[in-house]
Amino acid sequence: MRGFNLVHSTAAAAGAAVLISFSAVGCSGGSSSGEGLTGTVVIDGSSTVTPIMEAISEEMMLENPNANIAMGTSGTGGGFKKFIAGETDITMASRPIKDSENEKLIAGEIDFVEIPCAFDGLTVVINPDNDWATNLTVAELNKIWEPGSTVQNWNQVREGFPDMPLSLYGPGTDSGTFDYFTEVINGEGGASRSDYSASEDDNVLVQGVAGQKGALGYFGFAYYEENKGKLAAVAIDGGSGPVLPTMDTIKSGEYSPLSRPLFIYVRVDKADANPTVAAVVDFLLGDGSELVDEVGYVSIPQNFLDMIQVHFDERVSGSRFSGHTEGKTFEEILSS
Amino acid sequence: MASVQSVDIDLTVQVSGSRKFWEKSFKFICMMGIIIACAFLAFLLYSIFKDGWARVNSELFQNFPSRRPAKAGMKAGIFGSLWVIGVTAGVAVPVGVAAAVYLEMFTSKRNKLSQFIQLNIANLAGVPSIVYGLLGLALFVRTFEMGRSVLAGGLTMALLILPVIIVVSQEAIRAVPKAIYEGSLALGATRWQTVAKQVLPNAMPGIITGIILSISRAIGETAPLIAIGAVTFIAKTPESLDSMFTVMPVQIYEWSSRPQEEFHEVAAAGIIVLLGTLILLNSVAIIIRARSQSKH
Repeated sequence: MRGFNLVHSTAAAAGAAVLISFSAVGCSGGSSSGEGLTGTVVIDGSSTVTPIMEAISEEMMLENPNANIAMGTSGTGGGFKKFIAGETDITMASRPIKDSENEKLIAGEIDFVEIPCAFDGLTVVINPDNDWATNLTVAELNKIWEPGSTVQNWNQVREGFPDMPLSLYGPGTDSGTFDYFTEVINGEGGASRSDYSASEDDNVLVQGVAGQKGALGYFGFAYYEENKGKLAAVAIDGGSGPVLPTMDTIKSGEYSPLSRPLFIYVRVDKADANPTVAAVVDFLLGDGSELVDEVGYVSIPQNFLDMIQVHFDERVSGSRFSGHTEGKTFEEILSS
Repeated sequence: MASVQSVDIDLTVQVSGSRKFWEKSFKFICMMGIIIACAFLAFLLYSIFKDGWARVNSELFQNFPSRRPAKAGMKAGIFGSLWVIGVTAGVAVPVGVAAAVYLEMFTSKRNKLSQFIQLNIANLAGVPSIVYGLLGLALFVRTFEMGRSVLAGGLTMALLILPVIIVVSQEAIRAVPKAIYEGSLALGATRWQTVAKQVLPNAMPGIITGIILSISRAIGETAPLIAIGAVTFIAKTPESLDSMFTVMPVQIYEWSSRPQEEFHEVAAAGIIVLLGTLILLNSVAIIIRARSQSKH
């Protein structure tokens, strides 16, 4: 949050203006001529965001064969560790930065810009043969997943559900998806019952839920989209009636509270010094945003992309999304 | 003597039925062992080839990773693996063999220090690979500031396989008849001459077997390289020891965790290429071993 002071100082603003024109030149040079960019960009972080940045990198490298973009997949938390250690230029995150991570970046004097790059709908899935739990409320999900929950059977979830053992599948504790789900459903990031089948590989969760009539699990929308035949999505009632996750309901924010923004965090000094880093972000917020839909996520509406582009161009440092954002819309947070 | 023999014959007559039974059962159990092992292998190969064989095409070898499964290739992984294994072998083989020679030929078995070292090497051979990855991350990547380079990856892998190479080389050296060693010294050869001209050439087949096994292990390892920060997407092959890199198993792991079924086919194709590379490397080593065996 201290980043705001930094940017509002005149000197920084003037410096940023010079650099915007610099990065704009770098970008247009990259897309029109064969010379292109020659810098190296090191990216790491969330496996959820990886397909997006992989598509962006692939297109950038086609146009700029001399650029070098290398990407690792250490998970959101692992990515932040490398970002804090100064090993990466951009880190990918499937949840907003945590206060503890933010403090370490401040201590290390690393300024960063927070770039929401896509929406994802955390999808609660059941077996297609399950014909009773087609919708669930947030309170019911909380009852199932809260720490120390004793729910072992569907008939404990809601009056009228059949007598059928409930088996639970979810991502492991290192995952940003786990952090986000527990934050929204259980009110505290990381607070969850622990007696469920956990796997970092979402395909394992797909197999688990597809193979058992009484199973329930959650993961990113893309894995549901690819396995629609084997799984059924649960419509989530966040207070205003059950809503199924679809591209449209996620984009409009109607699929609440489980639709989430995905982020990249960019180092300000690297974006200033290395035109290739800036070009990656510019491409992601510009023409590259179509690729987001292509790889199975929901792109951010154009008017919001414009706002984010302004934040990046002005190098507005710090996070708007970390911490207390409950009840606020995406737009409210973005313009806060 | 005679009485002992007669007892023996008596016994044979008495238990002959049960002996035949055990003879047959034992044979059956051993056969089941090999059938089970082969059945699992055959099932694994069948399922991998069924999914991936169609995808083993020129694009797999020529292309870099892509968001489109049909265009995804593992050129970066193949070259990355070869670079890393080159560094690993280049470091681990000479160091490992030299350590084994020292422990076997130049120290006393009763030396407390060498006993202590010996114990530790044997223990190190059993340490999980991820621990070496974390060591490599702290030591090579961060302390020596090598970054996420081919050199850091190769050295980490070298540490991983070093204990195995030392232990196996020691076994091979120990198996060389003492008469050869002592005869050489008795004829006035120095220790260096004895080691270089007599002991090592005789131990070579055993040492090379150890090297084959360790290199095969290193080429399939994923965890330590992920820990030191091998990348999952890169559209360049390594140009120097400083280059960032990816390796085949890391790419296979990444593809297999994708939601799209087509990527799982690319992963299966990647496994076929990895298996092929392993067989190729091993057969080269086996040829070298066969040559050195026929010479001695």
